[in-house]
Amino acid sequence: MVGIIDYGVGNLFSLRSSFEAVGEQAFVSGDPEALGRADRLILPGVGAFGDAAAKLRESGLDRFVQEQAAAGKPLMGICLGMQLLFEKGYEYGEHEGLGLLRGAVVPMKGVLPAGLKIPHIGWNALHFRQPECPIFKNIREGDHVYFVHSFYAEGCADSLAATAEYGVELTAAVARERIFGCQFHPEKSGPVGLAILKAFSEV
Amino acid sequence: MITKRIIPCLDVKNGRVVKGVNFQGLSDVSSPVELGKYYSDCGADELVFYDITASAEERGIFTDILKEVARTIFIPLTVGGGIRTLEDFDRVLKCGADKVSVNSGAISNPGLIPAAAKRYGDQCVVLSVDVKRVDGVYRVFARGGRENTGIEAVSWIRFCVENGAGEVVLNSIDTDGVKGGFDLEMLEAVSNAVAVPVIASGGAGCAEDFVALFKKLPKVDAGLAASIFHFGEVRIPELKRILKENNINVRI
Repeated sequence: MVGIIDYGVGNLFSLRSSFEAVGEQAFVSGDPEALGRADRLILPGVGAFGDAAAKLRESGLDRFVQEQAAAGKPLMGICLGMQLLFEKGYEYGEHEGLGLLRGAVVPMKGVLPAGLKIPHIGWNALHFRQPECPIFKNIREGDHVYFVHSFYAEGCADSLAATAEYGVELTAAVARERIFGCQFHPEKSGPVGLAILKAFSEV
Repeated sequence: MITKRIIPCLDVKNGRVVKGVNFQGLSDVSSPVELGKYYSDCGADELVFYDITASAEERGIFTDILKEVARTIFIPLTVGGGIRTLEDFDRVLKCGADKVSVNSGAISNPGLIPAAAKRYGDQCVVLSVDVKRVDGVYRVFARGGRENTGIEAVSWIRFCVENGAGEVVLNSIDTDGVKGGFDLEMLEAVSNAVAVPVIASGGAGCAEDFVALFKKLPKVDAGLAASIFHFGEVRIPELKRILKENNINVRI
């Protein structure tokens, strides 16, 4: 059973349906007690880093996620949810993340070569840095996934699991022990995305 | 790198896909859910659902259908048609849309795009614009292409992008339905004017028209079409194979 953490950001409808599509039961909740009973957790997120981090803190779910991760429960952050796993985010100011992974989230602006559009939006290929990563077991190097983001994680060499080429090597996925993160949206990435969610549900 | 996108567009009225569809192997050829799944399975990179109903009651049917589509399909969904207020944005996003396309609503209410971009982010707001040449000038047409607003199109598009439209669907009335290829001249003018993704619409008749589009205008990000896909004149897996053979980066 997958618990999708609801802390008031974004539509969690597609995520829940995509787990159902791979035969895995999923529920959406903001209640730590209910989420504590899940076998694994998804930390979703859209919007701005600072707002989302504040909402997580206000709801007390930041501690809950940290404790669950420390106890070894599989956790996957998606999009902004992945970004929140890091120490800091620099989107409209400097904000504290969950600090579960080493690294920071920084703007693409100023980093990308001229002529590349921001946000990085569309289908891009995954290049594995951890080919043995359990969430990749059902997909291949070069498979395409769907991205929508203007900020990316850097300084995360110790957890970097896959990159996407967009003028620079963008962090596309991260993994360390039982903590995973996808910058892209597996729930919007067709069969490849579903295969990643399926693999996560078997971690 | 980001791939070029191929986007089928489905017009929905009273919960059914209209304009006719001609596929074998589908039990219900006008079911938005079945067709959406068909396109998603055969490699469409995104789907556009266009609500062409008028009454509030019919609008309710559309949103019910949308929910069902969103439950079944795991690629990005854009919804347009009759979007005039932030409440309209809210209504379709809650049903599972990822992006919302505004056309006439942006003309009658220029505050709509900035308000929606502020609330949902630029990436969620798509400007759809119907353009036709009038005495050699690109003019914006409203009401499904029936009414000349007199607004000059390139400056209108630039204005909307500066105000938060994250993507532009450019539909050329001049080439629409002719099947003689996309309006490359008009697309070039627009893609040179803005730095957000531009989606070409209107005029595709065969796979080679998509090859020409992406070869001649590398700045254009996607090609959108309706009837040529619905009638099987162009099949998406084959189209993508042809694009790939022509060294155009696509998701296979």
